[in-house]
Amino acid sequence: MTENDIRRVIVDGLTQLAPESHPERLRGDQPIRASLDIDSFDFLTFLVGLHKSLGVEIPEADYGKLETLDGMVRYLLPRARS
Amino acid sequence: MPSLGADMEAGTLVQWRVAAGDTVARGDIVAEVDTDKGVIEIECFESGVVERLVVEPGAKVPVGTVLAEIRSTDQLPPHPTGGATAPSSAPAAAASVPASTAVPLEPPRPTPERRVRVSPLARKRAAEMGLDLSMVQGTGPGGAIQVADVERAEPKVGPPGPAQASPLDSMRRAIAAAMARSKREIPHYYLQTRIDMSQAQAWLRAQNQQRPIEQRLLPVVVLLKAVASALRDVPQLNGFWIDGEHRLADAIHVGFAIAMKGGGLLAPAIHDVDRRSCDELMADLRDLIPRARAGRLRSSEFTDGTITVTSLGDGGVESVLGVIYPPQVAIVGFGSIADQPWAEHGMVGVRPVITASLAADHRATDGHVGARFLDAVAHHLRAMENS
Repeated sequence: MTENDIRRVIVDGLTQLAPESHPERLRGDQPIRASLDIDSFDFLTFLVGLHKSLGVEIPEADYGKLETLDGMVRYLLPRARS
Repeated sequence: MPSLGADMEAGTLVQWRVAAGDTVARGDIVAEVDTDKGVIEIECFESGVVERLVVEPGAKVPVGTVLAEIRSTDQLPPHPTGGATAPSSAPAAAASVPASTAVPLEPPRPTPERRVRVSPLARKRAAEMGLDLSMVQGTGPGGAIQVADVERAEPKVGPPGPAQASPLDSMRRAIAAAMARSKREIPHYYLQTRIDMSQAQAWLRAQNQQRPIEQRLLPVVVLLKAVASALRDVPQLNGFWIDGEHRLADAIHVGFAIAMKGGGLLAPAIHDVDRRSCDELMADLRDLIPRARAGRLRSSEFTDGTITVTSLGDGGVESVLGVIYPPQVAIVGFGSIADQPWAEHGMVGVRPVITASLAADHRATDGHVGARFLDAVAHHLRAMENS
């Protein structure tokens, strides 16, 4: 999987959760939850979706590394199944 | 048409889920009704056989209107002939009919032609565009109108007619009515307390470490559980103020405030929270939150709440002092969990702290009871390690 593939999976997942807030316009360094008004329930749902589509285990202790689009790509890219 | 809250005056029957001649049990979903709060699945109050569907889909009728007639199974005469007495009328939506009409059953009515399904987002968009949904051709499953269908359709020229309110506007009005009534009628008193969440968080962390991501718990589950346990200790806050009387509820059904995307709020009931495990409560939330946001709740979820919990922690606020949802007598609020200085045993350290608040009806209880309740909430959260 390329960086662009991962980015697309993330943006698609966010679009399902918050289509009205235009996740595709999100900058890489913006805090995702605050920018898109996503609560902890929706965020967990989103992570479950990432886990399913990329096969990445995401321990709770790592949630802090997933606060921005860039952070997510950095975290997921080396771990995603090809 | 059942009343799904003190602020509801009428509802529109969207569709029947049963036909004449069907056997129904208490709690079965028999119809869908459109209200200020979205499409609600109406549960049957009676067990029996559907005798007749009275109201046609598409009709808007006031609360109290008979929607259908149901013949109770235990009221069936042993033989269709003979002088069976008229059964006593059944309460609520289902009015029973005289036993003499037992046979023959009316054939099921033909499917009504106007059975339009509309996604909540499409409904919202149509309202924003001032579009009449009956003019829109749906292309979704079963002809359902989706947001793309709305956006394809051209709004009719001319004024939008007599103030077609959007569902969001009507939800706003419902909230306004309930909250204004609350502040007009209920003398609120407010208490709040800071609670050390170290133990609860440690318990959650340990739980979540062993779990696959699909089964992880959110902190709000622990808060709900602590509220329910505290209500067992201090039941006076679990109930209603009706007709000048304080009535305690015999079960703990927590109305959980859920913010709608794009504004508005619903607080559907989670049933028997005191008897549910944290896992079951998490499963309840996974079921309830998406349904609430999609506008697909059940009638019992609107009417059964015995207290409300609002958790605004996600937004980062420290505390929330709620407005009671009448005729309930209390609302519990939680802010965010944040690291704060905490003094204990003559030492100052840093702990994860949450501020829990209570707004309660002073007609029903006094501050002393409220204080005992918040103390019990704190106690149950600190005791999480051992549960």
